[in-house]
Amino acid sequence: MTTLLLRAGLVVGPSTSQVADVLVDKGRITAVGTDVVAPAGCHVIDASDCWVGPGFVDLHTHLREPGHEQAETIESGAHAGAVGGYTALMAMANTEPALDNVALVSYVLDRGARTPLDIAVAGAITQGRRGESLAPLAEMAALGVRLFSDDGTGVQDPALMRRALTYARPLGVRLAQHCEDERLAAGGSMNEGAVSGRLGLVGRPALAEELMVQRDIELVALTGGPLHFMHLSTARSLELLRRAHERGLPVSFEVAPHHFTLDETCCEQFDPIFKVHPPLRSRADVDALREALRSGFVDAVATDHAPHAPELKDLPFDEAPAGMLGLEYAASLTFEALGDAPDPQRFFSLMSREPARIAQLRRDDARVRHGAHGGAVVEGEDANLVVFDPKATWIARNEDLHSYAINSPYDGRALTGRVRTTIAKGVLVVNDGALV
Amino acid sequence: MIDSIRAQNLLTLNDLSREAIVEVLDTAESFVEVNRRSIKKVPALKGRVVASLFFEESTRTRLSFETAAKRLSADVLSLAVASSSVKKGESLRDTIATIDALGIDAVVLRHQSSGAALQVSRYVPHVRVINAGDGQHQHPTQGLLDAFTVRQVLATREGSNGLESGAELFSGLRVLIVGDIRHSRVARSDIAAYSSLGCEVRVAAPGTLLPEDVENWPVQVVDNYEEALEWADVVGLLRLQRERGSGSFVPSLGEFTRTFGLTLARARRLRPQTIVMHPGPMNRGVEIDSRVADLPCAVIERQVANGVPVRMAVLYLTVAGSSEGVS
Repeated sequence: MTTLLLRAGLVVGPSTSQVADVLVDKGRITAVGTDVVAPAGCHVIDASDCWVGPGFVDLHTHLREPGHEQAETIESGAHAGAVGGYTALMAMANTEPALDNVALVSYVLDRGARTPLDIAVAGAITQGRRGESLAPLAEMAALGVRLFSDDGTGVQDPALMRRALTYARPLGVRLAQHCEDERLAAGGSMNEGAVSGRLGLVGRPALAEELMVQRDIELVALTGGPLHFMHLSTARSLELLRRAHERGLPVSFEVAPHHFTLDETCCEQFDPIFKVHPPLRSRADVDALREALRSGFVDAVATDHAPHAPELKDLPFDEAPAGMLGLEYAASLTFEALGDAPDPQRFFSLMSREPARIAQLRRDDARVRHGAHGGAVVEGEDANLVVFDPKATWIARNEDLHSYAINSPYDGRALTGRVRTTIAKGVLVVNDGALV
Repeated sequence: MIDSIRAQNLLTLNDLSREAIVEVLDTAESFVEVNRRSIKKVPALKGRVVASLFFEESTRTRLSFETAAKRLSADVLSLAVASSSVKKGESLRDTIATIDALGIDAVVLRHQSSGAALQVSRYVPHVRVINAGDGQHQHPTQGLLDAFTVRQVLATREGSNGLESGAELFSGLRVLIVGDIRHSRVARSDIAAYSSLGCEVRVAAPGTLLPEDVENWPVQVVDNYEEALEWADVVGLLRLQRERGSGSFVPSLGEFTRTFGLTLARARRLRPQTIVMHPGPMNRGVEIDSRVADLPCAVIERQVANGVPVRMAVLYLTVAGSSEGVS
């Protein structure tokens, strides 16, 4: 394992930032300071004018393995994540079969351990994600699973969701919910609103999301079980979370880059690349999400990275599966959304510190196999680091993607801010924006 | 806005200017005469290949398009695919690529999914795509033939012909569209055509059969259906789209008929010159009483007949790219 020295970057801590060198040796940060002497054989990386902080943590990644390796594998997803500056990914459970037991969770953890990143698993809340009966949450928790979700769809039955929250609470784990009432969403394929009726597409109303957000906030109040709200996409959902925060409820939430960069008018050309659940919303919702990002109200940015094989995105809009890629551009899109002079602490809070806290990516439990993420850049911490260049400008190109799939909605888009270097598990994985 | 469909695709009427629509109507007028000849054929598209691709059941639209293509001397490749592309295991892109490989100039596409025609136009940019109905989105040639039929009836009454009138006869014309607006591609195309031509368009439907975004449409929702019938110069009825689940949007077909069906009693409120239209196939006894459908004011069969010259005009303009040389 080569010793690495990040020279003269702006080292971004939770509350202060300062220009410093960061020395990495044997998987740990071994020195932080000015004029750190490079040991013999050390790989020195110039980080001047860049931000150095904890590697990004994605709370919401669909790695598709097992079952849909034609769209993504754990390995290809990890590579895409590394290029996006991520050092840890939370693999969602909606594989085929669903990750609803220890054998499947172990399989993904084993495959994940062979990638450069830490791959954590979100187990399914219900057996087969069918929303009928509880999956073995305690057994999976014993393997180190700290987050559970039926994502793809939410747990529709309120009685079962209540039971899941009550059951999960003493296990010290957190549930994560995809909030959309599927009956109200009516099998729709885009946001119900100013565009859907003209296009003759069945709409998924904002209310389908908001009703479930409201329902689950009250279930949290009833049970005391902590809940993470995934990919909130409407102004009113955020307002509901604001009130839940004021009540002191154990809730957290994420927003996804596509929801704060793209609106429903993207669907006007019937390109299934823009089909996603929850759907791309109105411009007012997009603006509300951006405002919430800037004001510091949002807990975390999560990608909902959802690879699909090209032939499935060549289907008609209503038949095509929902979801789009997210890992490789999330950092740049978040950086841009934070306004003219983004606060580096805010940026790392959204991309790394809060997601790591929500996912409990710590090393305080002998059962967990991953390192610590989202910590301070100080001596003794696990070396999961990213170097982000806030001045870089570049163009997103589908042919440059590392994901196996190519369903990115950003092909040709100009971006500002770019991941230069990713160090995961103490190893230089990405340098100069490319896989090493 | 598109000012002419010459050498263009015809995917929606939403982006057609008044001039573009009038050009189609005028071109169709010249083809009416061809259809009256004993030898109903012109060589306008001789040597051109038109593929007729129907992913959804259709009788009249398909026959109408294929008849139109043949009267223009085009070769017609006809493919009916009754199942969705998913069930068939082949993507829409591959199906189109296969047909395209045979060498075609135009695709006439009917599909159960909204937007399918636009998607296909991206796959084969060198081929002209004519939307023959996509899901709940658009049915442009129906909108055009409805406008053509209205102009023809009004012009005949005035003793003139449509060709001379341009869009004049549509100015301020009161059009009432009734029924399942929400699920209807015909309503979307009709409304686009009529409003573009200068008509005043109103819609009448149970609340559940109006689109959610109707406030953004160039229409007024009527409060009183009975009064609106007296107001209208043209009443366009729509088929209740039971196959799209419309049945569950109203308590029963009987209640729909009692509240919004054009019953004989309601038909008596129409002014004598009011035109009653229906794109077919009719659910007789549901949205229209059988006897009303057979009244002289109902021009339903004329709509079907006009489908041929209008589709000839569309094929001719889009494929040949010129309105000259009709002979």
